[in-house]
Amino acid sequence: MMCNKVLAVGIAVGMIMSSAWAGKDPVIRIGLIAELTGDIPAVGASCKTAAEQAVEEVNKAGGLEVGGKKYKIDLVVQDNGSKADQAALCAQKLIAQERVLAIVGPNASLGAVPASSIAESSKTVLITPWSTNPKTTLDARTGKSKQYVFRACYTDPFEGRILARFVRDTLKFDTVAVLYDVASEAPKSQAELFRQIFTQAGGRVVAFETYTSGDRDFSAQLTKIREAKPQMIFLPAYYNDVPLVVQQAQRLGIKVPFVGSDAWSSPDLIKLSQGAVEGFYFANHYAADAATPTAGVFIKAYQQRYGKTPDDIAALTYDAIGLLFKSIQVAGKPERKAVRDALASIPKYEGVTGTMSFQEGSGDPVKSGVILQIRDGKFVWVCNAAP
Amino acid sequence: MVYFLQQTLNALQLGSLYALIALGYTMVYGILRLINFAHGDLFMVGAFAAFGIAAWLGWPFVPTLLLSMAAVAALGVLIERLAYKPLRQAPKMSAVITALGVGIFLEHLMLVFNPYPRHMPELMPVHLWTVGRLSLSSHQVLIIGLSLVLMLILDWVVMRTKLGLAMRAIAWNGRIVPLMGVPVNRVISATFAMGAALGAAAGTLYAMAYPVIDPYMGVLVGWKAFIAAVVGGIGNVRGAVLGGFILAGVEIGVAAFLPTTYRDFISFGLLLVLLVVRPHGLLGRPRLEKV
Repeated sequence: MMCNKVLAVGIAVGMIMSSAWAGKDPVIRIGLIAELTGDIPAVGASCKTAAEQAVEEVNKAGGLEVGGKKYKIDLVVQDNGSKADQAALCAQKLIAQERVLAIVGPNASLGAVPASSIAESSKTVLITPWSTNPKTTLDARTGKSKQYVFRACYTDPFEGRILARFVRDTLKFDTVAVLYDVASEAPKSQAELFRQIFTQAGGRVVAFETYTSGDRDFSAQLTKIREAKPQMIFLPAYYNDVPLVVQQAQRLGIKVPFVGSDAWSSPDLIKLSQGAVEGFYFANHYAADAATPTAGVFIKAYQQRYGKTPDDIAALTYDAIGLLFKSIQVAGKPERKAVRDALASIPKYEGVTGTMSFQEGSGDPVKSGVILQIRDGKFVWVCNAAP
Repeated sequence: MVYFLQQTLNALQLGSLYALIALGYTMVYGILRLINFAHGDLFMVGAFAAFGIAAWLGWPFVPTLLLSMAAVAALGVLIERLAYKPLRQAPKMSAVITALGVGIFLEHLMLVFNPYPRHMPELMPVHLWTVGRLSLSSHQVLIIGLSLVLMLILDWVVMRTKLGLAMRAIAWNGRIVPLMGVPVNRVISATFAMGAALGAAAGTLYAMAYPVIDPYMGVLVGWKAFIAAVVGGIGNVRGAVLGGFILAGVEIGVAAFLPTTYRDFISFGLLLVLLVVRPHGLLGRPRLEKV
């Protein structure tokens, strides 16, 4: 009883303080959860740079106009250390303590899944730029879509589907072998969807082999694949495994091309494989070399600011923030529920990574992916892959 | 038939590497009854040493291999002197935990210098021979051949030299042997040096065969080599070699003829059954505790 009273007083004081503070200075606080340290610091760095650029652009223009009033944007950045528990903690802190209107991030599914559960239960909008795991936007227990969680990218099953279509319909291959890491979630669901769609489209998966994270020797699996004589090998693997697999395949006399997933998309792939991946295809979120006018403006500004071409994470983060700004404007007021409703039914948003829209009842955007080819050590756009 | 031969070649390559690393575990255990869990990371340091020499000095294969072996041997001796020797009279558990700590220290030391995966430059060009549909690369020949040579040299040292005699004597009874005038500390240092040098040789060959290296590469391979040493009978030099080839044979064999998803489950299940039948490993002998 005593406890409840203290709590109630605390909440009341907090509300009075925050409303008084909001009244003085029209500011919208947005939280960013990024992987600044830990296993994938490059991902967090890209995310943060793009977010800061997006916020600065709006603030320089005088702020975000919402319901006839200009609001300055205040970006609150949190590092989740590439850890699941820390990501959940960041989300809690941003929602309860920092009282942000909405959250962008985390990027890796490992952190995005737990953080999205916190956002959902606190009724705060969370948009993840890069998490492709279906569980981020789906509630695992009920199987229903989370109400407050959205993403700016496509999902793993979608990627498996567009790759299967590309190999079957565009490259016209009949037989494919699949080799994937069974201990990692994204490659697993990509491989399974690929097999399903490719078989439905009349192709044949002649070998479906696995390995385990940390393996360096793929000779047994590749010898098996060689026996099956595929026309192409689908390898949804992270960029540091790819060179090893490709090189061992060549040493076994396998000459067929490989096709990969968005996990290939790192400049390090080129550095580590020393030309061995030349001519191979993979799916990605956007192509920096085939930019739409919207993307061109972003890429140019990013290059001027940071001196390098933005990668897919930077582009998706920029889009996540753009989506959020747009839905705040549509909502007409910086309120969590109103922003959520506006975002859930955005009919068409022209982003850096393509046109996207949300349909009520799903946090996954309807958008295209792209297929890239590695030519002369560069990622070159081949075609768009519509959903 | 070609398929079977190709998989056998694959197993021989992997088995040679496991065996080289397993030797380091078994030698240290034989002489000190210490499971040197840092050995997998010495293997990693060996790979990075070879990478450094090849990338910055541009040396060819043989001097790169020798320098990497020498450097890691020195590191092995240093670790023994600083970390294990003060604990020689302490409970065995303290020494094992220290070994784990040393391993984590080495991984993170490497992370400070180089947190990203690196591509190992080619130390020698790869030739590819094809007989019918059987492919054989010069690296495979080199790895299998050189490992066998190193193992034969080690076997000769242990079985035919005075140093080897001293090592076997200390392994047999570490309390009486010093009374006979055997310089125990020097023999232990030599054992660490040889084990670490073999680990570095394995690291160099491994980096040539699987040319993407990172600071955590020694963890999984180290565990597997340790298991190989236990299967062969830890403390027994020939057992470690046998264990290495058996582990690789089982791993590749399961992947070759059964669904690869169950590879680790089935192969390690088989090894467990083997240990139930022979708890001291294939060539290990039960040790009777005298009261």
